[in-house]
Amino acid sequence: MEIIKPGTNFDFVGKIKITTGISVALIIISILSVVMHKGLNLGIEFAGGTVIQIKFSQTAAPDDIRKTFSEINIEDAIIQEIGKDEVIVRTNHPADKEFQTAVSEAMTGQFGEGNFEIRKIEFVGPKVGADLRNKAILAIILSCLGMLIYIAFRFEFRYGLGGVLALVHDTIVTIGALSLLNKEFTLAVVAALLTIIGYSINDTIVVFDRIRENRKKDLRTKLAEVINASINETLSRTVLTSLTVILVLVVLFFLGGPVIHDFSFALLVGVIVGTYSSIFIASPLVLFFDRPKLPKGKGKK
Amino acid sequence: MFKSLKVRWAITAAVTLVSLYCLVPTLVPELPSNIGKFVVTDKIRLGLDLQGGMHMILEVDADKALETMMERTADDLKESLMDNKVRFRRLAKAQDATITLELTEAEGKAALEKILKEHHPELEIASSTVREGGQFVTLIYNEKRAADLKKLTVEHSVETIRNRIDQFGVTEPEIIPEGNDRIMVQLPGIKDPERAKNLIGKTAMLEFKIVDEEHSLDEALRGNIPEGSIIAYGSRDDGSGARGKVPYLLKNKTLLTGASLETAKVQISDRFGEPHVSIKFNSQGAADFDRITNENVRKRLAIVLDGVVHSAPVIQERISGGQAQITGNFTMEEARDLAIVLRAGALPAPVNILEETTVGPSLGSDSIRQGVIAALIGFVLVIIFMAIYYRLSGLVADSVLILNIIVLLGILAGFKATLTLPGIAGIVLVIGMAVDANVLIFERVREELRIGKTPSAAIDAGYGKAFITILDANITTLIAALFLFAFGTGPIKGFALTLSIGIVVSMFTAIFVTRAIFDYFLWNKGIKKISI
Repeated sequence: MEIIKPGTNFDFVGKIKITTGISVALIIISILSVVMHKGLNLGIEFAGGTVIQIKFSQTAAPDDIRKTFSEINIEDAIIQEIGKDEVIVRTNHPADKEFQTAVSEAMTGQFGEGNFEIRKIEFVGPKVGADLRNKAILAIILSCLGMLIYIAFRFEFRYGLGGVLALVHDTIVTIGALSLLNKEFTLAVVAALLTIIGYSINDTIVVFDRIRENRKKDLRTKLAEVINASINETLSRTVLTSLTVILVLVVLFFLGGPVIHDFSFALLVGVIVGTYSSIFIASPLVLFFDRPKLPKGKGKK
Repeated sequence: MFKSLKVRWAITAAVTLVSLYCLVPTLVPELPSNIGKFVVTDKIRLGLDLQGGMHMILEVDADKALETMMERTADDLKESLMDNKVRFRRLAKAQDATITLELTEAEGKAALEKILKEHHPELEIASSTVREGGQFVTLIYNEKRAADLKKLTVEHSVETIRNRIDQFGVTEPEIIPEGNDRIMVQLPGIKDPERAKNLIGKTAMLEFKIVDEEHSLDEALRGNIPEGSIIAYGSRDDGSGARGKVPYLLKNKTLLTGASLETAKVQISDRFGEPHVSIKFNSQGAADFDRITNENVRKRLAIVLDGVVHSAPVIQERISGGQAQITGNFTMEEARDLAIVLRAGALPAPVNILEETTVGPSLGSDSIRQGVIAALIGFVLVIIFMAIYYRLSGLVADSVLILNIIVLLGILAGFKATLTLPGIAGIVLVIGMAVDANVLIFERVREELRIGKTPSAAIDAGYGKAFITILDANITTLIAALFLFAFGTGPIKGFALTLSIGIVVSMFTAIFVTRAIFDYFLWNKGIKKISI
């Protein structure tokens, strides 16, 4: 069976103006969305606060839950339903002993003993959150830098630059998609971003590798043609691998349970964007960095 | 790499068998003991998010330890100055762990410097301003020594917390220092998180102080606290069950601390059947206690724990045995926990909980179920997809995918790594990504076949050309996973781990093992056509 028939000859490089336009638009939308939402919707790992996961034996109205919490002077509780008869309550109140006792007493008063189960309590102080935020940003920057160095070392610097710019693109667009849907930006999402960085560069490398190989075979052909041919030759593999990964991610998204829901969503978006950028952004960018020639006379020693 | 098919099959078989061996305890829950003794690995360890339990990040308030140390040093310095007849006034511990004093004679500074050099090398003069007939001096703790003290405080805290948890009885607890002043505590499967938290977080500073009966408590409560005394509160059972707050006026000087204890245990009093904690002093402590009780007969001795007066009995007579009791309407659990913290010793500084996660066991088992279902369905879909797309070659890729998962799980069990929920997600992702190597190879083989090569040559060229690509592509993925591992906390680390292992294993299964399978059919079976 073949999805992409051999011998395709799309002019990817020639479409660079259109694809750049699309990507720039996506990046602008992403940044605008983050700005309009007044920053990212940070999860408690980053923002600090308390999350309580409660499972009820029968459906409980969110209003009743909110009422229960305002009875104990927690007015900022955000109730989110996850799955059947299960909610996540988030507040900025620290989860000290008094708070936990008060919550279970108020819940028992409202819903009755044994009708609910507190399955998880998570509390993060503000100090840890700030630390983690810095560490997350650092991890993303460092891994992009690591990619740049490795590719520059294995290929050429401009390949590294093209690959890493595509990664930055993937990261921003994925964050933008999460922001547009007002999804929570959690630790798991950062893990997803780093995985996307690893996955997307993987895709890009396969194309780069083919460019390198084709260049060796024939030095006279224009780089643009070589790049086009290489993307076409690897297209079948790129699409196929992305399909298998997307396949498992869709399963994970629907069946993996609420805890990894946002995680698999971020991965799903990232893999799709990453596949697109590997084909349309990374390699054409290599060509772009090839273009500027030094003016005559200045290149000499 | 290896020409001989037999060698390649032997390596494959060995890896498979070792992996299966490591998985025996995980796959067979009830192992007969005569077989069990041959198995060195345990079940795959589950993270807190899968088996339930408690995770905490504690911060040791090491600055507080420095402050306490400064207070004590200020007292010592006072004595040294007096012993050396240096005139001074208003010596006190000031803010930010400094000591301030005024020297009232011109030559005072030289004398102070000499005393510091001989008796208090840890102190440095931070500033001194000349005043009429003397100087105003600020002392600080030597920076390096302060850093050492803080480091020691954290180490001591880790040790104390470990002692307490060991005595409390938790299987496989993890107590790991993190960064400069943090401690990560993981208590898997703990039933009563609140109690564990109390046990860990309690400073457990036990002090014995004499009750100040020379001054009026009422007067002190109005704000006129006599010098050298403090007000502390205790709880008293007023009979209705509610505990009221009772103020005490105590002499500030601590006569004896919990550091002088040898042991502490719970006992039930004969008369009321109420639990209390019986303590025994070490030899020095017993001698001190003997002297203190002798000097203070008829006075009241307050037993203060973390600033709360537990009881203040009247000393009836000199107590020589080095034994005492702490009473105070304890429940059995409270008494038991108090005995544990007293035995394990006080924390050198207070600890704050920065982060805490408690996961109930039912959530964990739900997560496992959902994770396993997702993994299985993803697995089946990928297998069907590969078989349709690449036909028999797809089945070859499928069989090594199964092997990949077995080896991946075997490595997790063998190295006692922890499987978390994101870790399961990592395995699911590996299922999707591991076939990539085979896709790369198969696409290459198809290309080679298209240009008219024989099956054997096509396989050769396909594997040869795809190898470098696979290597480059996987190394970059590993770089990202490495940063993820370095950055992430528990569950995320689990994800980075399974992803990395899965990728490395896929290099073995998808390249080495599939090649062996193809070569077997090409060489030994002499097939002329590849189903790809």
